[in-house]
Amino acid sequence: MFPFSFEWIWDMSHMVFHGGLWYALSIIGLGMTYCILKSVVDTVQGKGGDGHH
Amino acid sequence: MDTALIPEGRKRCPLWQFVLFIAVVGAVLLWGVYAMILCWLKGLNQTNMNNAYGFALWIWADLAVIALGGGAFFSGFLKYIIGKDELKNLINYAVIIGFICYSSALLILAIDIGQPLRGWFIFWHANVHSMLTEVAFCLSCYFAVLTIEFIPLILENRQIDKVRFFHNLSHNMHHIMAVFAATGAFLSFFHQGSLGGVAGVLFARPFGFREGVLIWPWTFFLFTWSAAACGPCFTILITKITEKVTRKKLVKDNVIELLAKISGWMLLTYIVAKIIDTWYWAVVTAPEAGFTMMDFYSNNPLYGLWILFLEIVLGGIVPALILITPAGRKNKATLLLATVLAVIGVCVNRWVMVLQVLAVPVMPFESWFMYAPSWQEVATTILPLAYGAILIAIAHRYLPIFPQEPELNPVEQQAG
Repeated sequence: MFPFSFEWIWDMSHMVFHGGLWYALSIIGLGMTYCILKSVVDTVQGKGGDGHH
Repeated sequence: MDTALIPEGRKRCPLWQFVLFIAVVGAVLLWGVYAMILCWLKGLNQTNMNNAYGFALWIWADLAVIALGGGAFFSGFLKYIIGKDELKNLINYAVIIGFICYSSALLILAIDIGQPLRGWFIFWHANVHSMLTEVAFCLSCYFAVLTIEFIPLILENRQIDKVRFFHNLSHNMHHIMAVFAATGAFLSFFHQGSLGGVAGVLFARPFGFREGVLIWPWTFFLFTWSAAACGPCFTILITKITEKVTRKKLVKDNVIELLAKISGWMLLTYIVAKIIDTWYWAVVTAPEAGFTMMDFYSNNPLYGLWILFLEIVLGGIVPALILITPAGRKNKATLLLATVLAVIGVCVNRWVMVLQVLAVPVMPFESWFMYAPSWQEVATTILPLAYGAILIAIAHRYLPIFPQEPELNPVEQQAG
């Protein structure tokens, strides 16, 4: 649910619950976006392939 | 083809043995899938749930696997946040076990809600006054975190790793794994707690009701605590079973002993808190509601003081004392016994907080409500066990789960 949804109410419960959800989803989404983009750049630059992490 | 996928330096059983195992366990899985399809096609009338038991075997299984899957978040917390680097040798397996537990929990919920196509309603039409909404949010997000933690391991497969992009992706995901692990620990703290909070806030059900801090009953904290204590025990137990099945040592003793020691102290502190909680409930909370403690442990065919003894003494005090003692956790038999007892203890706790709470009559003219699950409920509850066994078998065969395996099995690796 987003603030523009008709069911949304600007109260503490909605803000805490959905704020927490979006916070977690943002970290997960940004983290994965960073990993994928960096991997694309690394691959284009010819990095990797040493077999170790 | 199969040999080319097996990690280098590791020996695996012949393919026919592996396929036979998958086929046997797969038959159990299909039985569960059949029951699941029945529930989806014909509805929840396939279960023995009723007006007294809106929560039943499935929700107990949900809470139990979520607690047992707590080994993933707590091991991740210990490794990435506290800095217990030895646990890097076990963290992969803890993640896989956590992934299995949480995907099983979501699968069970998908059956339990009756209409899985409307599962997204909980996100879009969220009831923000329900602790279960918070559980659904955190559970889904944490499952995403576990998937992210599992992906690099899959990408380390011998053939997939040859693709440079996947190799880089795995490397980069490892690089920021601490961020995901911290997010996972944050999410786990809240959903483990809220699952306990569900029973603790029911003031009309004095058996489950507890006082607490602000809106959080003590059960909120006890559930998180017990998951952090018993989850790692489950990880150790499954590791030991895997070693037995594969006839190989997969993790060095010092790693297991470290996790067992931490788990033991967590379990001991938890069980002390649980005893205080139970004692306060028995002498203050229940009497204030007009009950004696024995009202909840008598006049019914099943629930007696034995279940309290099983949960707190056999499933709590005994394993805690074994695990905090160096001799106890170094001895293979007592270590195994302690992990089994701890797992039983936390499962009994979840059973009590879900099913015994609902069994107690809430009106003076009612009797205790007893419940036995239908075969469809049993089959769908066994389904995750079969799915877990298959996923572990596949992951162990094709992924380098245990970093110490080549070192611990040098002769076999050369022969393979």
